[in-house]
Amino acid sequence: MKIDKNTINKIARLSRIKLDDKESEDYIKDLNSILDWVEQLNEVNTENVEPLSNISSSILPKREDVSKDNNSSEEILENAPDKLEGFFAVPKVVE
Amino acid sequence: MSKSSLKQTLKDLDTKKISIRELNQDYLKRIKEKDNLNVFIHFSEENVLKQLDNLEKDNSAKKLKGIPIAIKDLFCTKSMPTTAASKILENFNPTYESFVTQKLLDEGSIFVGKTNLDEFAMGSATNTSFFGNTINPLSKENEPLAPGGSSGGSAAAVAADLCLGATGTDTGGSIRQPASFCGVVGIKPTYGLCSRWGIAAFASSLDQAGIFSHNVEDASILLQSIAGFDQRDSTSAKVDIPNYFENLDDDLNGKTVGIPKEYSIDGTPMEISKIWEDAIKVLEKKGVKIKNISLPHTKYALPTYYIIAPAEASSNLARYDGVKYGFRSDEINSLDEMYENTRAQGFGREVKRRILIGTYVLSAGYYDAYYLKAQKVRKLIADDFNKAFKECDFIVTPTAPSAAFPLNEKQNDPIKMYLNDVFTVPASLAGLPGISIPFGKDKNNLPLGIQILGKHFDEQQVFNAAVSLERSYE
Repeated sequence: MKIDKNTINKIARLSRIKLDDKESEDYIKDLNSILDWVEQLNEVNTENVEPLSNISSSILPKREDVSKDNNSSEEILENAPDKLEGFFAVPKVVE
Repeated sequence: MSKSSLKQTLKDLDTKKISIRELNQDYLKRIKEKDNLNVFIHFSEENVLKQLDNLEKDNSAKKLKGIPIAIKDLFCTKSMPTTAASKILENFNPTYESFVTQKLLDEGSIFVGKTNLDEFAMGSATNTSFFGNTINPLSKENEPLAPGGSSGGSAAAVAADLCLGATGTDTGGSIRQPASFCGVVGIKPTYGLCSRWGIAAFASSLDQAGIFSHNVEDASILLQSIAGFDQRDSTSAKVDIPNYFENLDDDLNGKTVGIPKEYSIDGTPMEISKIWEDAIKVLEKKGVKIKNISLPHTKYALPTYYIIAPAEASSNLARYDGVKYGFRSDEINSLDEMYENTRAQGFGREVKRRILIGTYVLSAGYYDAYYLKAQKVRKLIADDFNKAFKECDFIVTPTAPSAAFPLNEKQNDPIKMYLNDVFTVPASLAGLPGISIPFGKDKNNLPLGIQILGKHFDEQQVFNAAVSLERSYE
């Protein structure tokens, strides 16, 4: 088993998702079965194969390096669950 | 009931046989009648009427003026909320318009509503939506069928004739598979043909916008409207967009079709093998050379996809943290608690599963074994296609391994669910254009789909082969 209780807790923490005990159990089962299944990739010889991260064959176009001020802070804050004086507001971070 | 096509409707509007208002009233009426299908996450008659009022004041000629279009609720729209079918975006009102929807607005189309999907496009049955299942319009009474997914709402909207076309997105099959399930046409163009700007991201190296329509001609008209270069998407391609519709040519004489032997999979229903053979026979009669090809790494496409897509999703979905937009949990005694509770309560089960698996395969110590390995196998899969296309002009396969399955079919086993994408995922990994067209029925009279794949940016060949098969089937 690749994923145990400790591992799932660690991944959940890295993902910033709180899991209850029942969910942890379920995901341990799911993730192990998925990882066992993807293990078949080890059958493939990938020696000297370049990883493919971007399928796009076109060369990235360049743009002029000029700054733009869209003056859009109001728009950006429009959907914020909590805001204060032009900033996003979150629970107190520093005691 | 014969549904009016986009092409015919444009003619009828042009000759004043029908007015834009009459046309849209007709669609509004049907949308209200078919409310039980749960096609739309957002529908407001008032909003549609307002669009009509504005359009009637506009005297300029526009290519899609007054055409009712449904929008997958993954595209940001200024005039309607955008949820990605997730609780975490339940109250999100974009302050900007996606590239694709802006193009459609510029051409004068009317947005009838935002269609249902699997949460963040993660699923194959439109059953992971926070807003409930969509019902396949082809279902018999009391036997609801799944519309496929993730773009199930858009496919159902076209199938139920609630619009003349709809937008979708396809990451591993999310346009082609629901098109097949609902008996409509669905095209996923080449990766990079349509800008991803303003589409809620799932797996950025795979996500691509596309079109659902009643027939191939209509798809060719609509795809041209949403394609094009956009500086705001760094993978958007600078290519000339041909007039696909004007160039449609169903004469395939002298072309070569590739038939990949690896797509004959054990357990595929006879009916699906049969329509595949039928399609090949039709092509042969049209003077197409049949070439048996091999795509040797096909069987590794699904496991590759289910490493790469969740990895990219785990990174993309990190933005939903309860700070900038969307849902925020009430239990927020500290910043970390706010993140963890917001995401625990805001995401559904499948989305969390994919974030967790994605985080795992990217985490220290596992990155090379899983993520890097998958990227290397992806290269081999793409190379398989490159080699194959040296010997053929297009490839024909079935779209999905089954017809639409019952809505309530238990899909507790994630891997079993992932197998729905077995025929669509390889082309997604290679970034190739693919279309699904209805071609034949199963024993329960449910539609089955044939998939046509083409070379990068050779949408024209895909459309030509599709229209040719479609016309021979009708």
